[in-house]
Amino acid sequence: MKRLTGLLLALVLTVAACGDDAPAGPTTTADTGFPVVVRGTTIDSRPERIVSASPTHTEILFALGAGDRVVAVDDFSDFPAEAASLPHFDAFNASVEGIAGFDPDLVILSFDPGDVASGLAALGIATIVFAPPPVTLDGAYVEWSEVGDAVGLSAESLIAVARTEIAAIVAQVPTYVRPFSYYHELDSTYYSIGSDTFLGSIYGMLTMVSIADEAGGGYPQLSGEFILEANPDFVFLADGETAESIAARPGWSELGAVQNGNVVEIDPAVASRWGPRIVDLVALIAREVHGVGA
Amino acid sequence: MGALAAGVLIGPAALDPGPVLLELLDRLPFVDVDSGLDARGAAIVWELRLPRAILGALVGATLSVAGGAYQGVFRNPLADPYLLGVAAGAGLGATLVIVTIGSGSALVPIAAFAGAIAAVAVAYALGSAAGGRRSGVTLILAGVAVAAFLTAAQTFVQQHNADSIREVYSWILGRLGTAGWSEVAVMAPYAAISIVVIIFHRRLLDVLAVGEEEARALGVRPERVRAAVVIAATLGTAGAVSVSGLIGFVGIVVPHTVRLLVGASYRWILPLSVVGGAAFLVLADLVARSALGPAEIPIGVVTAFVGGPFFLVILRTSRRSLS
Repeated sequence: MKRLTGLLLALVLTVAACGDDAPAGPTTTADTGFPVVVRGTTIDSRPERIVSASPTHTEILFALGAGDRVVAVDDFSDFPAEAASLPHFDAFNASVEGIAGFDPDLVILSFDPGDVASGLAALGIATIVFAPPPVTLDGAYVEWSEVGDAVGLSAESLIAVARTEIAAIVAQVPTYVRPFSYYHELDSTYYSIGSDTFLGSIYGMLTMVSIADEAGGGYPQLSGEFILEANPDFVFLADGETAESIAARPGWSELGAVQNGNVVEIDPAVASRWGPRIVDLVALIAREVHGVGA
Repeated sequence: MGALAAGVLIGPAALDPGPVLLELLDRLPFVDVDSGLDARGAAIVWELRLPRAILGALVGATLSVAGGAYQGVFRNPLADPYLLGVAAGAGLGATLVIVTIGSGSALVPIAAFAGAIAAVAVAYALGSAAGGRRSGVTLILAGVAVAAFLTAAQTFVQQHNADSIREVYSWILGRLGTAGWSEVAVMAPYAAISIVVIIFHRRLLDVLAVGEEEARALGVRPERVRAAVVIAATLGTAGAVSVSGLIGFVGIVVPHTVRLLVGASYRWILPLSVVGGAAFLVLADLVARSALGPAEIPIGVVTAFVGGPFFLVILRTSRRSLS
């Protein structure tokens, strides 16, 4: 139902946006202008062959309606299904020649330790590096809009829908005497996230506080006995572990979250990206923790 | 013993030492005291701290005695338990499982163990085949070659599966953080076999220290001693890496520290390395889980960071020679 409201709203916004501008497709607004400068990179004309080396940005491109112009993606770009069937390459060992072989006119990277960007620039291929990743939802929206600018599409309606849906979910969260605490597991050696991370800000909107804040926030590796002592209200598993598998860990059967069934398994892909599916993550957490939302 | 007690009494979870001691007493036969700890507190003591401290002791003892034995049998002060490719083989085995199944898989220790044994077997076979004089040197060189090859393979696999790079690194740097009784049960028999066999050979290692020819003249067969020690050390080390990853430096620094303190006789070095290694690793793990509050420091970082300067101090203050 929420989804439907969102779609309707998108439609209204789209129509509104189309009102006095040039004609556009049914789900996208008018092309923005070229040349355009995004994060210091000048893009002279509307890109027709896009290479995305970042799963998040692949999702954003497809959500914006630029999916038919994406010619290659990295190995982890598995959503949407059309992206997964594109030619793909290993972004962690990307080579300039390998990427140039797709004959792109726009390359999107989310990290670039080997400085592939300057090699591509030398070949005259416009390359944008979206790094470091955003730490807030607003930062994510800025990236959506920058991706939109780069490919000549407006992200406004996409952002408006996400804002509206998330605001609707957050508005339903009841007020508690104290926030719920949670432990978000990144891998089975107890790496976790603090409230100061992007994901932490998502939990924060839903009035939840990470137990990892005591370890200084960020992405610390927690000690097992600390997790037991902190006794988080909720445990989120983003590493393929299950409620059963963690209950079998030494001592973990004493955790309140395990005893009360407050263990939530979440898709690591959804929980590690900041594309439009972030709405689904907010909805999932709100449903599991507060029993509200879509 | 003191290190073990500290390992159980101190930790990031703020439990008072008093109740922890009472909790321990409560489990003794015919003793019934109320420790005042709740179920979670008891679980922290029984399911996490105690097995972790015991596992640290077993691993530390095994790595130290294996390192000491290798230094003796190869007459090389730089020898450590990973000399013949144990670490590289275990690393490749563990990495393959972590990238294909995941770091939580029960296959990780099995693959690490198998990789460790296989690497040493290959190094030993190659070294024996190449070494006309059956010298320990060819064995070392074969080990270095096998280790380099397997490390290259491991790096290749790791770089091509960058999504699990953190899990791989966290394994490589060593960890006792997820240890429980099951790891202790896995490790105990290997530690026992390894320590008993190596200590049994301590006098022969003293003879070997004089020189291979001289040892032969005295009726000792160096290649036989070498084979026994290598097999025992490999079993123990493979067990250790399978439960705790690659914890470096223990196998070098502990036997040398003991040597500097008590002299060059393996009759003393090996048994004291068992005790010293156990204490060293339990204390290092205490630092690893307490120094940064609830966050962990990889134990391999602690052993080298604390162990390195400590060893230099011993080296500087001791008047005994290393050989």
